Amino acid sequence: MAASAAVRSSMGLTFRLSRVMPDCNTCPLNRLKSCVSGAANVQRRGSFDSFRTINRNLQTSKGLYHSEEGSSNAEDPEDVVNVVYIDRSGKRIPVKAKVGDNVLYLAHKHGIDLEGACEASLACSTCQVYVSADHFDKLPEPEEREDDMLDMAPMLQENSRLGCQITLTRDLDGIELTLPKVTRNFYVDGHVPKPH
Amino acid sequence: FCVEDVRWVGWYPLSINACGRAAFSICSPKVCIVGSGPAGFYTAQHLIKARQDVEVDIYERLPVPFGLVRFGVAPDHPEVKNVINTFTLTARNSRCSFYGNVNVGKDVSIEELQQAYHAVVLSYGAEGNRRMGVPGEDLAGVYSAKDFVGWYNGLPSCQELSPDLNCETAVILGQGNVALDVARILLAPTDILKKTDITQPALEALVQSQVRRVLIVGRRGPMQVACTIKEFREMVNLPDTRPEMMADDFEGILSLSICAVSDLPRPRKRLTELMMKTALEIPSEKEQERQSKASRVWAFRFLRSPIEILANPDNSRTVGIRLAVNRLEGSGDGARAVPTGEVEDVTCGLLISSIGYKSLPIDPSVPFDSHKAIVPNNMGRVQHTAGLYCSGWLKTGPTGVIATTMNNSFDTARSVVEDMESGTVDVSAARPGSQSISGLLEERGVKPVTFSNWEKIDSLEMSRGEASGKPREKLLTVEEMLQVARK
Repeated sequence: MAASAAVRSSMGLTFRLSRVMPDCNTCPLNRLKSCVSGAANVQRRGSFDSFRTINRNLQTSKGLYHSEEGSSNAEDPEDVVNVVYIDRSGKRIPVKAKVGDNVLYLAHKHGIDLEGACEASLACSTCQVYVSADHFDKLPEPEEREDDMLDMAPMLQENSRLGCQITLTRDLDGIELTLPKVTRNFYVDGHVPKPH
Repeated sequence: FCVEDVRWVGWYPLSINACGRAAFSICSPKVCIVGSGPAGFYTAQHLIKARQDVEVDIYERLPVPFGLVRFGVAPDHPEVKNVINTFTLTARNSRCSFYGNVNVGKDVSIEELQQAYHAVVLSYGAEGNRRMGVPGEDLAGVYSAKDFVGWYNGLPSCQELSPDLNCETAVILGQGNVALDVARILLAPTDILKKTDITQPALEALVQSQVRRVLIVGRRGPMQVACTIKEFREMVNLPDTRPEMMADDFEGILSLSICAVSDLPRPRKRLTELMMKTALEIPSEKEQERQSKASRVWAFRFLRSPIEILANPDNSRTVGIRLAVNRLEGSGDGARAVPTGEVEDVTCGLLISSIGYKSLPIDPSVPFDSHKAIVPNNMGRVQHTAGLYCSGWLKTGPTGVIATTMNNSFDTARSVVEDMESGTVDVSAARPGSQSISGLLEERGVKPVTFSNWEKIDSLEMSRGEASGKPREKLLTVEEMLQVARK
């Protein structure tokens, strides 16, 4: 129980368990056989639907973590990761995040308009972010499926990644994530441009 | 204030009518959106977020929402359909209303909508298809990909298609993602398909299908294919199938200097490399073994254009296709296919043309560019028509994935909001919105389907699916949908 709880929190899943369309192959809960919705029900998508609460807004990971596990302290300074989102208008939004937070859902939690149309299942490119140069190389290599989806992203750059695939670590403290500006002069035929 | 104005999701109110006390709002800008696919919903989402006072009504011809997300996305791509959750949130917002079963252009005119709303956004997509324009196009055994996809995805108007799958070879014209979807559905093991939301009749037909070989044919070369790497990789990894790509087709690319391929934009480069690997590399032993056991074959054929669809002796159905052999002039996206004069006949009993969808005009009062098959516009503002906008494929042409449509729709919504703020759209004068339209519809005997009505259909489909281990079993006729909606 404690082990799976620790894994859950480190994956930032306490916040979004209900919303993520699980990619069971990569989820540690599946490997640990601790997933309530996974192995047995993987063929019955209907049961996933019942897990997905549509409300995107309001429960904080901190709150859930407390009430469910009740183990750790409120804000362990070792755990804090400072992140800056730069939204589409260029505004800088500093966020105090935690190790294990997922960049996409962290953005949602702070009202930043990073879409996640496919709910972190590597089936779209709407959560594309540009990662600050200092931190880009600290990220683990994207898996093939992420690269395939990035290929479809508009305004792809060398430092593009999908936000839903970035999990915060201490190493990434100070990371800056820029949301691509989707300009008015958008590509008429959906053409994916050359990388910058 | 009126409790009905508050919509609840879980324990939290999503949004409260801006005018508080009034049971109906007389001071808010009202926008009407025609079409409830991704374009319609993303436009609505952005409008509702950008202005706290705007009210959005979405009209949809079918009783069910979501457009191509429901009827276009392949059954074996359920994650792509997750976007429906986002749309559902929007629909449940108190400032958004869904009116299904309303045929704009027939049950109500665009002019009537323009009178009732401050702004009207056309997002009805592309329901027609580009024709090949060759003899034999209307023979039995020849289908547009749009109709074939509609058939296996439960689009009511395509349920009578009953394609004959009793032939060994199927030819698909076109090499975009839709063509690959069709190929994959024709060749995927039915054990996989039976756990998806593919319709029961389609599943049964595919279980009986004799199709063992699918050729995916394009006018130009490997560097011009319109599909993306995800879909190509799915073909390469499709269980119980093997590729039959022709090494010769890649000769031209091999003779290019190494630099030329590595200079390509990343998406084109990665896809070209994967195609070359599939065609030219000798597979590992394990892969060779897998391929030797495969019972189904797929292949890309390049530099071929349809000239004529060949018929059987009594001219009732297709038995093959005559193709012109092309050469390429130029390179990259701009390369052109030029006929060489040579011709090639290919035997097939099923021919699917996947050369593009096409928008249709909805109302004579709306400007329409029949050459490009779009509504002429500038950043979503319809030309020469104040207060009228367009988003999605109707605006830019029928290409692009959901993400593309999302950005496109956000752009249009921005134009609408800008116009409201600048006074180009005069929101100071109240408009009746759905109140007057509902009255008109009632007079005409049209009963709209609300979003909660749709949720009954949704629940029923999901519970019917559970019985057979599918995410849902779709209702296949408008009559059934209306019956369930009104229970």
